[in-house]
Amino acid sequence: MSVDLEHYLMVGAILFAIGLFMALSKRNFVGVLMGIELMFNAANLTLISFSRFVESVNPIDGHVFVLFVVTVAAAEAAVALAIAVLLYRVRGTVNVDEINLLRW
Amino acid sequence: MEDTGTVVAFWTLAIMTIGSALMVAIVRNLIHAVVFLVLSFMGVAGLYITLSADFVGVAQILIYSGAISILVIFAIVLTPQAGRDNAETSMRLPAAILAVLVATMLGYAAVETAWIKCGETARLPCFPDAEGFDGTAQAIGNALLDKYILPFEIAAALMLVAMLGAIIIVRAEGTEGTAEE
Repeated sequence: MSVDLEHYLMVGAILFAIGLFMALSKRNFVGVLMGIELMFNAANLTLISFSRFVESVNPIDGHVFVLFVVTVAAAEAAVALAIAVLLYRVRGTVNVDEINLLRW
Repeated sequence: MEDTGTVVAFWTLAIMTIGSALMVAIVRNLIHAVVFLVLSFMGVAGLYITLSADFVGVAQILIYSGAISILVIFAIVLTPQAGRDNAETSMRLPAAILAVLVATMLGYAAVETAWIKCGETARLPCFPDAEGFDGTAQAIGNALLDKYILPFEIAAALMLVAMLGAIIIVRAEGTEGTAEE
């Protein structure tokens, strides 16, 4: 029994699906954000797996790319959670199905 | 990766990661969900380390398990009347169906594609290469300050803008000058 690239890709796919489910269905804005963080993690895990298992011209590029993704994810989380706090202050709720100011 | 330690570590960490991610979606209390989210991030960090990605694994623990989870907890406690409920909207069933379909599609693609694995052609290098492995930090540092210097600087500017943006958003107009500020 051995562990190969496909095992890691399956873990990444399942993690991505759980994150997608949360991002699409959670009522609380913070829950949606947690789903998005899980999806970031799944993508990063896939990048690192390819960096480890697949031949490439420059294998360390996968690691560098993951670090940039983590940077952007941290910036995204900071701004999105600031928006959540502002939404709560202005509207008194962070439930995404009650925030319909911009609907068509 | 055939040695028993790696196999046991992989299955333990994979079950821990996916199990905690499922618990994040299932538990009803948002604070409990964050605790399971941290556990899931830790599992992913462990998977990075089984993939010889030591620097990224440590960065994962520092940034995700440390910083981002604290940020999420702050967002929860700063919205006190909004409830700790982790419920779903009416989109629950379509979202679940879509998530299962996406997982099936990604899994099928992962298994069916003929990836050029390490050692199959031996025309291109692999990481870590055969003669040994002394950490990825030096290679990542060299790449960041040589080949990826422009993205590195743009990322620095992005962090600054995001930090300023978060501060400006939270102290929006209408709240300035009030006593509690």
